[in-house]
Amino acid sequence: VKVLAPGLLTTVQDLGRIGFGKDGVSPSGAMDREALRVANLLVDNGEGAAGLEITFEGPRIEFTTSTLVSVCGADLEPRIASAPLLGWCAALVQEGAVLEFGAARWGCRAYVAVAGGIDVPEVMHSRSTYLRAGIGGLEGRALRSDDELPLGRIGAAVQRIMATTAENLGPLPFALTSRRLRDAERLYTSGPIRFLRGPDWEMLDADDQSAFLGGTFRVSPESDRMGHRLRGPVLRSPAGAEMTSTAVITGTVQLPPGGEPIVLTADRQTTGGYPMIAQVIHADLGTVAQLRPGDEIRFEETTIEEAHRAIRHIEEVLDELRGVEERASSGP
Amino acid sequence: MLQRAPWHTYPRAEEAVSVYERARLTPLGDCAVVVSFGDDISEAINLRVRAFSSQLSEATLPALVEGVPAFTNVTILYDPLITDYEGFAAALESLIDRTPTEPTAVESRTVEIPVCYGGEFGPDLGFVAAHNDVSEDEVIAIHTEPDYRVYMIGFAPGFPYLGGMSTRIAAPRRDSPRAAIPAGSVGIAGHQTGVYPIETPGGWQLIGRTPLRLFRAERETPSLMQAGDRVRFHAISRAQFERE
Repeated sequence: VKVLAPGLLTTVQDLGRIGFGKDGVSPSGAMDREALRVANLLVDNGEGAAGLEITFEGPRIEFTTSTLVSVCGADLEPRIASAPLLGWCAALVQEGAVLEFGAARWGCRAYVAVAGGIDVPEVMHSRSTYLRAGIGGLEGRALRSDDELPLGRIGAAVQRIMATTAENLGPLPFALTSRRLRDAERLYTSGPIRFLRGPDWEMLDADDQSAFLGGTFRVSPESDRMGHRLRGPVLRSPAGAEMTSTAVITGTVQLPPGGEPIVLTADRQTTGGYPMIAQVIHADLGTVAQLRPGDEIRFEETTIEEAHRAIRHIEEVLDELRGVEERASSGP
Repeated sequence: MLQRAPWHTYPRAEEAVSVYERARLTPLGDCAVVVSFGDDISEAINLRVRAFSSQLSEATLPALVEGVPAFTNVTILYDPLITDYEGFAAALESLIDRTPTEPTAVESRTVEIPVCYGGEFGPDLGFVAAHNDVSEDEVIAIHTEPDYRVYMIGFAPGFPYLGGMSTRIAAPRRDSPRAAIPAGSVGIAGHQTGVYPIETPGGWQLIGRTPLRLFRAERETPSLMQAGDRVRFHAISRAQFERE
């Protein structure tokens, strides 16, 4: 795969660098994990294979070999040879095909999976790019023009799918396979973002608690892969509170002295010293990852049991794509 | 988005601290549990944290993802597809039962950090000296005197929260943070001293630099310093720095 133009921020990501929190190392990895997992399943990769995370403005990517590819997550209007490429769907692309993106129609981050995965070296058991420390991915950095990305080996199942799909090739340098995820919106929540109370929730006074529960926040332009800063009701109660540093995790909602909450995301620090007022449930992190600067965000309290049910619901959606080998052999 | 390394004051050992009689478990969201051993920053509580961490690292809990030790607690991530909160909390409770409450036998390494103080590596050494009304040489002597304790690693890859610095060389942060502090820089902020393992923006007063690489992604244990280690600084010359 060759990068013709890098887009706003395109990085190699897998499901993150797990087990190094004690060393101060952020997990990194795809902001919208489910979108990358689905993209990988569609092209018969392991769910944790490395793909590309594309932010808002897409890159131009040339395929230097014929392969299977899928684009999931945000709808950034992917197209090949000016023809739209359906999202949440595996496609056969021919050598020389160029994947481009247009307007951002929904969401913020799209994921491109290529059969075999992006085969950059593993650093601390992960291929994810950790920008702040300059490790992982391609040389620890965002992609640039003229970068070439190595691909992993493809298996027999992928070759069979490619051979069958090749019969459908017309004048365009790509053809859709029958492998797709229907109703991908099941992976996202259209309602408020669900949270559980954080260890420091009680530090908020009653007014601030209802402001958090009932208020509408907006994602600030200063947001990045470390976290979403939220603008909206300013929460004053614990402002300036001196906390003993403790571990934070993805989805932790911190309250810094300014009174504007921060939702921590993939490249977050491992520890923090601000009050932890809330914790976004795991199942809603993908929805949070797709928020753009300026988007509204509201919160709704839930229970651990409900949060775990939401995780299982997502796994059930992904189950539809698991067991690729059997379906592939019966032909698309 | 970069957060400041918080400014802690570390109590002296003789101060009374409140160690919980029994560790307390609280859920953090739907994928993590916090096991707390007390409220204060103290050697006694941190010793319990380390004893439990080492117990945890040897445990075989199927749902365990990872544990992150801090000053007073350990945050443990688990996979809710394998167990529910109650099940995981029960497994942790039995692990707590097996952890010695008087953990005197916790091994601790001493990490020696060579530092070239002052000059271009320590542009704020003069400020720290003037602020405390001592000479630059005295700052170095005071900084190299104690055995520091690594309470936890956080803020940045391999960044140690060190306890034990003398208040005689305490100094406020810089009014305007530097955009890029070189890796290896040794600094002071408030009553805290630390070493920057990677280049990062920061507002600490820089007094020197170590040629050691504190963080190496290619190592199995990437952070040179680990929670619980003892740390000693010793002064080296510019020539020795270049040789390292």
